Amino acid sequence: MPVTRGFTGKRRDAGARSDRLPPGQYDTGPGWPTLTAEVTPHLVPEEWTMSVDGLVETPRSWSWREIHALPGSSYFGDIHCVTTWSKFDTTFAGVSVDTLLEAAGPLPEAAYVMAHSTTGYTTNLPIADVTGGKAWVVWEYDGKPLPVEHGGPVRLLVPHLYFWKSAKWVTRLELMARDRPGFWEQNGYHDRGDPWLEQRYQGDP
Amino acid sequence: MIEVERPTDRLVRLRFHVEDRVDHWPGQHYVLRLRAPDGYTAQRSYSIASDPHDPLLELMIECLPDGEVSGFMHDVAEVGDVFELRGPIGGWFTWTGEQPAICVVGGSGVVPVVSMARYAHRLGLSSMLRIVAVGRTYDDLPYAAELEKYGAFLALTRENLGDRVAHPPYPDEVLPLAEDVERAYVCGSVGFASFATRLLGEVGVRADTIRVEQFGATS
Repeated sequence: MPVTRGFTGKRRDAGARSDRLPPGQYDTGPGWPTLTAEVTPHLVPEEWTMSVDGLVETPRSWSWREIHALPGSSYFGDIHCVTTWSKFDTTFAGVSVDTLLEAAGPLPEAAYVMAHSTTGYTTNLPIADVTGGKAWVVWEYDGKPLPVEHGGPVRLLVPHLYFWKSAKWVTRLELMARDRPGFWEQNGYHDRGDPWLEQRYQGDP
Repeated sequence: MIEVERPTDRLVRLRFHVEDRVDHWPGQHYVLRLRAPDGYTAQRSYSIASDPHDPLLELMIECLPDGEVSGFMHDVAEVGDVFELRGPIGGWFTWTGEQPAICVVGGSGVVPVVSMARYAHRLGLSSMLRIVAVGRTYDDLPYAAELEKYGAFLALTRENLGDRVAHPPYPDEVLPLAEDVERAYVCGSVGFASFATRLLGEVGVRADTIRVEQFGATS
């Protein structure tokens, strides 16, 4: 591909952090951009539930109070959005998806997960990407309740994939034998979304 | 790049001949990628302003403070330069004239709706697309004159327009435009999108018919 005349790039001085920036991403600094396709819902925590169903031994559901009683887990690290911003050193707290799946007991044929939001938003993930300490259901950001425009009171967090996989206002994980495209995936985005492989759109490696 | 125009010190309008171009739907976007001699790249997504039938692809880019790509396109890019473009992308924030729709858009958020309006105008569907375009001043609002020509309602917040006193759009002003719409589009900053979805709710537009595209950060 041709070099852009006159372009040298001014963001590359990320210094020690440059090795933490996947290809085509920039450091957004202290700001936190938002990307939402639908109207921001105003969830009432007391009416919200988190369910795990589909190909499981026992479908499970937790109320706001019940999920807070599970062993807590937090994430400290970077997040990456397909719109090319990355944010370093974020802190989220909630519960590990492992804890939820273990309670429901995935059947051997379960290979994919569809995350569903209260808005009807969906996103698909291989089960390997939400197990082994790689994914959380979170309600706290930076020690405070997760703001509604960032998915509060509760969202999925899968920080090693592009952030559209981290469904805001998550309410259900559906375990599936076969992959099926979610909301953005039906609209041209990649089925897996690994930022280090630049899997932004359908057709990327 | 075939044409470049800088209508204000914060806006740059770019027109490209695109090799092997695929037709877009109004509302879709392209990714524009800049490449340095050592292989470093920077890329951003920009909404398409042009009608699908326009032989050239038009983007209108707002220059953001310290914007790596927008700043380059505003300050350095010239006619004759060659760029990497990828698109069209996105199948959600699109309007193809199948249902009456209202658009409430702010600032550079008007751009995807300009493509919709040009498409509607060409096909004689302008009455199906009601547009509320919000800007600080007339000169700040991209495509203000063209949108006015298509019958858009312009709401300026920092300057009077005719006998309309500067103010964000009132529900009373939007209500007649929202009548019988089956779809709504909101595009603008995070703060604007939240204002516009609330406004649409106040005039009776159902939340599940609203499609939102927002940009910018919360602090």
